[in-house]
Amino acid sequence: MSRRELTPINAGSMADIAFLLLIFFLVTTTMDVDTGLMRQLPQIQDEEEPDKDEKIKERNVFVVLVNQYDDLLVEGKPMNIHDIREAAKEFIANPNNEPDLPVKVEKELPYFGKVFITKGPVISLQNDRGTTYGMYIRVQNELMAAKDELRNELSTQYFGMKYNDLDETRQDAVKKYYSSALSEAEPKAIGGK
Amino acid sequence: MARFKQKGKKKVTAINTASLPDIVFMLLFFFMTTTVMREVDLLIQVKVPEATQAKKLEKKSLVSFIYVGKPLPAHQLLFGTEPRIQLNDQFKEVPDIQDFIAQERDAMDENDRNKMMVSMKVDESTKMGVIVDTKLALRRAQAYKISYSSLKVEKLR
Repeated sequence: MSRRELTPINAGSMADIAFLLLIFFLVTTTMDVDTGLMRQLPQIQDEEEPDKDEKIKERNVFVVLVNQYDDLLVEGKPMNIHDIREAAKEFIANPNNEPDLPVKVEKELPYFGKVFITKGPVISLQNDRGTTYGMYIRVQNELMAAKDELRNELSTQYFGMKYNDLDETRQDAVKKYYSSALSEAEPKAIGGK
Repeated sequence: MARFKQKGKKKVTAINTASLPDIVFMLLFFFMTTTVMREVDLLIQVKVPEATQAKKLEKKSLVSFIYVGKPLPAHQLLFGTEPRIQLNDQFKEVPDIQDFIAQERDAMDENDRNKMMVSMKVDESTKMGVIVDTKLALRRAQAYKISYSSLKVEKLR
């Protein structure tokens, strides 16, 4: 048998194959980004401070109740989930200085000068133990959206930018303009068991 | 005047591409090894709710996860169909949360401990009762920063 010359295998396409694999892995490995609604839980108080809650006048509190059937009661009136954002926005801003919405006070703010803003509006969200988590998150989302929308509107009006694109000092000013606290009371049995 | 002269047929020396596959393979292995699938084995069914205001969690290493939901069919015989809490790879009860948080905090770098965040991956059909208890346990464990894990969408249905 004659020794045959070993023909070298053309390895030029090897790179292509490897590239193909590489691209496949690059595309398929999703980095599983975790998104969520950020909240800050209140600290536990050793003793109940009932007078602290009562000090906040009723007009400064926006009461949202969710019962075990996922029905909403906002400021004593039943409400659809789709309307709560507008209601919350009106509550936080109180544009027409209504007497049953939060008190407005004059305040000196950087960038804005002297402005009439609502003084410490509080949104109180109370849920039943039977409320579904999905509904709870929807309400939370709407309430957060109300505040975010107001801040965005203000910052586009004054700075021509979205709130998130502002620098820190401006963000702070906008934050002071529309500030509202969200308080979550311990759940009560709303509407009976 | 410029003259274009056809220079004598110079052979273009071909670049040796034999090592190209090696380079690409190296990249390939890098990607294959670094994309760790660090997912806990879920023992429960979780379909997180949707939200428009959801924000990205920045540092994964600072986040601990609490899962709440109905056990998977394979575990329903043992654990029933009521929503349960899963920490790491096991079903746990509400009182265990405090220990879990303490453990997670200990495992963290000392400077990062106050930046610790707890992400709650909760099925949307869960009743709030267990969530309320969990939140109270988290407050007791002094883990105040939480995130309700939810899918970011542009518009809710």
